[in-house]
Amino acid sequence: MYRYDEIDRALVTQRVEQFRDQTRRYLAGQLPEDEFRHLRLRNGLYQQRFAPMLRISVPYGLLESAQLRKMAHIVRKYDKGYGHFTTRQNIQLNWPKLEQVPDLLAELAEVQLHGIQACGNDTRNITSDHLAGVAVDEHIDPRPYCELLRQYVALHPEFYWLPRKFKFGFSGAAADRAATRTNDVAVHLVRRPNGAIGYRFFVGGGLGRQPMLAQEMNPFVPESDLLSYACAILRTFNRFGRRDNIHKARIKIVLREWGIERFRAAIEEEYARIKASIEGEELLLLPEDIERIRWHFPTPAYRPAAEVSVDVPGLAARDAGFAAWIKRNVRPHKVPGYRVVFVSLKAPDHVAGDCTAEQFEALAAISDAYSFGELRSTYDQNLVLADVAERDLQEVWRKLDAVKLATPNIGLVTDIVSCPGLDFCGLANAGSIGVAQDIYRRFDTLDAQYEIGPIRITISGCMNGCGHHSVGHIGILGVDKHGEEWYQVTLGGAPGNDAAIGERIGRALARDEIAAGVERLIQGYLELRVDEDETFIECYRRVGMAPFKARLYENEAEAVAA
Amino acid sequence: MTTTILHAGELVEDNWTVIEDGRTEVEIAGGKVIVTLARWRAERETLLAAHSAVGVLVPNTTDIEAIYAEISDRALIALQFPIFTDGRALSQAVVLRKRLGFRGELRAMGDVIQDLVFWLGRCGFDSIVPRKDQNLEACRAALGELRVAYQAAADDHTPVWVRRRGRVAAPH
Repeated sequence: MYRYDEIDRALVTQRVEQFRDQTRRYLAGQLPEDEFRHLRLRNGLYQQRFAPMLRISVPYGLLESAQLRKMAHIVRKYDKGYGHFTTRQNIQLNWPKLEQVPDLLAELAEVQLHGIQACGNDTRNITSDHLAGVAVDEHIDPRPYCELLRQYVALHPEFYWLPRKFKFGFSGAAADRAATRTNDVAVHLVRRPNGAIGYRFFVGGGLGRQPMLAQEMNPFVPESDLLSYACAILRTFNRFGRRDNIHKARIKIVLREWGIERFRAAIEEEYARIKASIEGEELLLLPEDIERIRWHFPTPAYRPAAEVSVDVPGLAARDAGFAAWIKRNVRPHKVPGYRVVFVSLKAPDHVAGDCTAEQFEALAAISDAYSFGELRSTYDQNLVLADVAERDLQEVWRKLDAVKLATPNIGLVTDIVSCPGLDFCGLANAGSIGVAQDIYRRFDTLDAQYEIGPIRITISGCMNGCGHHSVGHIGILGVDKHGEEWYQVTLGGAPGNDAAIGERIGRALARDEIAAGVERLIQGYLELRVDEDETFIECYRRVGMAPFKARLYENEAEAVAA
Repeated sequence: MTTTILHAGELVEDNWTVIEDGRTEVEIAGGKVIVTLARWRAERETLLAAHSAVGVLVPNTTDIEAIYAEISDRALIALQFPIFTDGRALSQAVVLRKRLGFRGELRAMGDVIQDLVFWLGRCGFDSIVPRKDQNLEACRAALGELRVAYQAAADDHTPVWVRRRGRVAAPH
């Protein structure tokens, strides 16, 4: 866990005071709404339908127990007793009062939390692999690099007024678990055969309107040049990103309009110019600079395997509930005797990603007792206890279960990713939460879920795509048709190594049809698949859109035939 | 009527006059004037003959590096903020100061509000013309809004990764 020194602390504290003065001027009528809006967004404060929403940055998804306890306190004192985890690993509060936000931010600052650049046209919170440092398939731990970049882009004056939001995602493992190429910039840590570390840069991704995956810009930028290359990309975007149309302002539009050759040439030329100037010297990272940040992410004091290993399958054989949880929510760890535990925020009748004050407190206690005091948030709106000893698994399971955090559904049909939708969001055209719950209820039994196997259902309440509908195996997009909520369905999207943008299947479904429609798609898959090992996405890629389309609209076909 | 602006951190009476395109320079003959890049290119010799100093206002869409040779000897370069959220001139400013080494007066003009001033200062603007309705004293104070920074822009800050060099251990 990165720990602030006096420089970080001073910056966050001064930032709170800056915002306090801006809020005071706004409330006193000295700062117009349309000016204050841009200032509050850069502190995480967004105007929603009923109240402001405060987005709190969770840098690359890492939290520690003191922060969880503070969150429990915060959601009780300033909100309605719960917070919401997002697809960008952040936490959102739905009900803070504007006049209290400066005090709220001051309290967050006590535990290294803030809303700096959580919204607005700036560089947003950096996301990364929730298994960083513990994954079996990891070749380089991305966390130190995320932190170095976080500091570089935080309150960078040149890049504080970008054309549009700008997102970085990092991965250092074989499997991309952070949907990196859906970001404006994806950074993949790579190691050459001679041992040299570098970055494979992809640029130009983004969901929302015209979803695109980031394209490779440079296969190997040396380790020392993380900031120089980032500067080149940001400056190119700041200069050439469109400012005449908010819907065409992301960097992906520059890439699309220019074509990749011209786009790459512009970034590479800027990179070369930076390298040849005083900026290049300032931005050059020495090995000791990286090493100093790496010290913040030490290997935990793991116990010897002989001490902590137990016969997990044996224990599971005696308890079906524990067995289901082990099978679905527990993953291998690179250290023998340890496991990665997923905490499901997708319990029945709970809003996907929501976490109550009691759950924050329970998670603080559990992480302190069993996972070195740390917790991670995931791209799928779940949480991870990254370092649980095998001998503690049963106790962790019981304690999570006691606060409804042990639903054994990670990666299954009820592990639905969803934005807050029309229930909260001022941008939404349609509800997401209710749709998620309707779908959930249709597959409530675990047997049905296990029969279906791995599948990713994602729901966004509008084109902006916070629910990542474009990269869901089954993606659902809420649209407004003459004041009614309708839902467009896309198939075949994926966020990881096999990243793809889903294809729209056909006409939208009404609110009362959508859950049944999803059920028909899944029923179709169960009939179409070669065997139980063929997953939904594999099946879709083999058979294509047509058989699923026939299934989705079968009632209509009957109506036409009749 | 003179205008009060921020220069080198202080509130001062401005002694430059902006001549909009289409206006003749006769009215302000002899003084210090700021003209658009287009006019500077078209009337360079005439302008230099008529005025004690000529500054150039560069659109924020201009490739500042490509045209720098034409304005590198100017005592003042002005950059534009058509709206305070349009940060293109911030990149022009940083490139002017850090890559091209411009040492003359660098002026920010347009929709300059108090809450933009701090960022302007860090990007190398030493001459700031606040929008007419802004509180000038508050604008002056805004230059020091935040006193620490992680990165260097066109300012006196040392990047934090450089400041930390030599420190032995992280607090673990």
